[in-house]
Amino acid sequence: MPMRIGTTTFNDRIEKGINDEFMRDSVRSAQERLLGKRLDAAEELGSWEDWRNLGEEIRSHTLEYLDYYLYELSEKVKENGGHVYFAKTAEEANHYIQKVVKRKNGKKIIKSKSMVTEEISMNEALESIGCDVIESDLGEYILQVDDHDPPSHIVVPALHKNKSQIRDVFKEKLGYLNTDKPEELTLFAREKLRKEFLSADIGITGCNFAVAESGTITLVTNEGNARLATTLPKTQITVMGMERIVPTWEELDVMISLLSRSAVGQKLTTYVTALSGPKSPLEGDGPEEFHLVIVDNGRSNIIGTEFQEALHCIRCAACINVCPVYRHVGGHGYGSIYPGPIGAVISPLLGGYEEYGELPFASTLCAACTDACPVKIPLHELLNKHRKNIIEGRGLSAEKIAMRGFQYGTTLPILYQVGTKLAPFLSLPFQTNSFLTKGPGPLKAWTTIRDMPAPNNERFRDWFKKRQKEESFE
Amino acid sequence: MNVSLFVTCLGDIFYPNVGKSVVEVLESLGCEVDFPFSQTCCGQPAFNSGYREEAKEAARNMIRAFENSSYVVGPSGSCVAMFSEYEELFHNEPEMQHKARSLKERSYEFTQFLVDVLGVNNVGASLNATATYHKSCHMTRLLGVKDAPEALLSEVEGLNYRKLPNCENCCGFGGTFSVKMVAISKEMVDEKIKDIESTDADILIGADSGCLMNISGRMNRLQKPVKVMHIAEVLTQREEK
Ligand code: SF4
Repeated sequence: MPMRIGTTTFNDRIEKGINDEFMRDSVRSAQERLLGKRLDAAEELGSWEDWRNLGEEIRSHTLEYLDYYLYELSEKVKENGGHVYFAKTAEEANHYIQKVVKRKNGKKIIKSKSMVTEEISMNEALESIGCDVIESDLGEYILQVDDHDPPSHIVVPALHKNKSQIRDVFKEKLGYLNTDKPEELTLFAREKLRKEFLSADIGITGCNFAVAESGTITLVTNEGNARLATTLPKTQITVMGMERIVPTWEELDVMISLLSRSAVGQKLTTYVTALSGPKSPLEGDGPEEFHLVIVDNGRSNIIGTEFQEALHCIRCAACINVCPVYRHVGGHGYGSIYPGPIGAVISPLLGGYEEYGELPFASTLCAACTDACPVKIPLHELLNKHRKNIIEGRGLSAEKIAMRGFQYGTTLPILYQVGTKLAPFLSLPFQTNSFLTKGPGPLKAWTTIRDMPAPNNERFRDWFKKRQKEESFE
Repeated sequence: MNVSLFVTCLGDIFYPNVGKSVVEVLESLGCEVDFPFSQTCCGQPAFNSGYREEAKEAARNMIRAFENSSYVVGPSGSCVAMFSEYEELFHNEPEMQHKARSLKERSYEFTQFLVDVLGVNNVGASLNATATYHKSCHMTRLLGVKDAPEALLSEVEGLNYRKLPNCENCCGFGGTFSVKMVAISKEMVDEKIKDIESTDADILIGADSGCLMNISGRMNRLQKPVKVMHIAEVLTQREEK
């Protein structure tokens, strides 16, 4: 399963995350920093809600007419001299990319950051045919050097590591001798990477947005690595999820502003790279050959369902940066390359309930994610829809029986009355003072970490009834 | 003004004092309070665990219970917000859907009702204590009640109010989440307690019994001295200076 991280169970991953103090410190401080910057950037723009509405409108329009825009995009790319390949599955995408690489006799591949290539496990596919694949995004590079530690965040993949851990990785694997100052670490990586850029045969990138009207792919980075990866090698392959599209440059403008502000709290990232196919005879640099691989891999099954809005995602990670569950368990806890709220929504859609069925339940539905999302995806509602589907797909369970009891208890007021009246007696054996400290069923889980108030002998309704009677006697 | 109290199941069984306080405050402001006895639970525990059919039947009962009420007021933002889900639950029963919408339009969370409908910020309460306030997620984000509780608390005489740091953070309750994902829930509530302690408050005030049950349950286990009160209880306090 390509999207999957690790093989351990959900509970083991959660426990590991919670006990990893270093990781949790890194995540906590990153969340704080990113949240502050995002709020400032939204404030600076003004009318943030209007911008979000616009973002939502653009995304839902594009998804509504996705077939049209995909057709327009591919026609334009071809007009510009590029090649387009629609891959229904991860295997098809990898197969096509391998074919291009082999035909070009490519040995060394330089990559800029791309989640969809993680999703389809493209690196592994290329390594299996003997290629050397080098990540040029600093975070991805660190993880790659660290024996392919998986990413824990979709924008800041090495978020779970602090600077001294990074120094140790460089020291151990690459013989780095300096301090853990970010400037020194970056300079070191830069020197290493520059050599790779210059000697790579093929550049592979992701795509933040493809502009349908001109057949342009755009990439936002702060490191400029996407620019090097797309100008130095002779062949460029861009891999994009089929929903990463905007109709025109006008919408691109809005989406990039929302993305930069929501992802890193910047008005604009340091680099916004826009590329329309291979270099023309009049251009000095750029690739001679350009391939656009458009990946479906389960996305078209989502269109037209109650989850369509999940495809509006622009991968800014704002939802992840405010998520309290993510803060405590870290990205690896989700077991998917897509963590956090959006990960808990799309991992089950792309990878199935069998594999990712716990994720929708790992949320309090606090809706901090929904509030943060720049394109207004109702993430907590989608999580709840997953819960519904999972429960409806399951056979009879103890929980289901209990919920049926709940149904009768709440719909037949008389049953509710008797049931709640009995509660204080049933809970007597577990009581110390006015709190319950242990008990059966869900109470057992509750009382592993907290006490529970004991049910009152006089319920509110008893009091109210008594009061009514007294009043009527007065 | 006639008001029907939606006491919530937690309020009925575990926190009757909250309901009594709501009655007291509303009556002191001239409202006539009734209590439709056929009300049970709003169905949220089932709804948020994926059991929509079960939630729907609870919803049907609640719609009936409050059919004749002109205002429905509940001391829990989360439960009142649940009424907004009813319309969707009855998507293939137009008549019920219509009734669901009507219920939603007539329903208010307690502090929202005081501030937005009655136009009252000062209910004449006084309490000599240092307190902080936990914003519940559903009340703030789903129901959109953001300022009413603090507006009311700022008028409580003698109350030394301290803003809770990271007040947007969830306390880790989340209904069945609190028992299904105990390990994560624990980390969340402990983080909340740390923030509460950093304010040096004697009292933690909240407006949602679910969150309060979670936070107080954990504080009780850890033997923290902070007292937990529902805002309705605070608003009935009349302390001498
Ligand atoms: S769901 Fe929304 S907030 Fe989360 S990554 Fe996608 S666009 Fe950003």
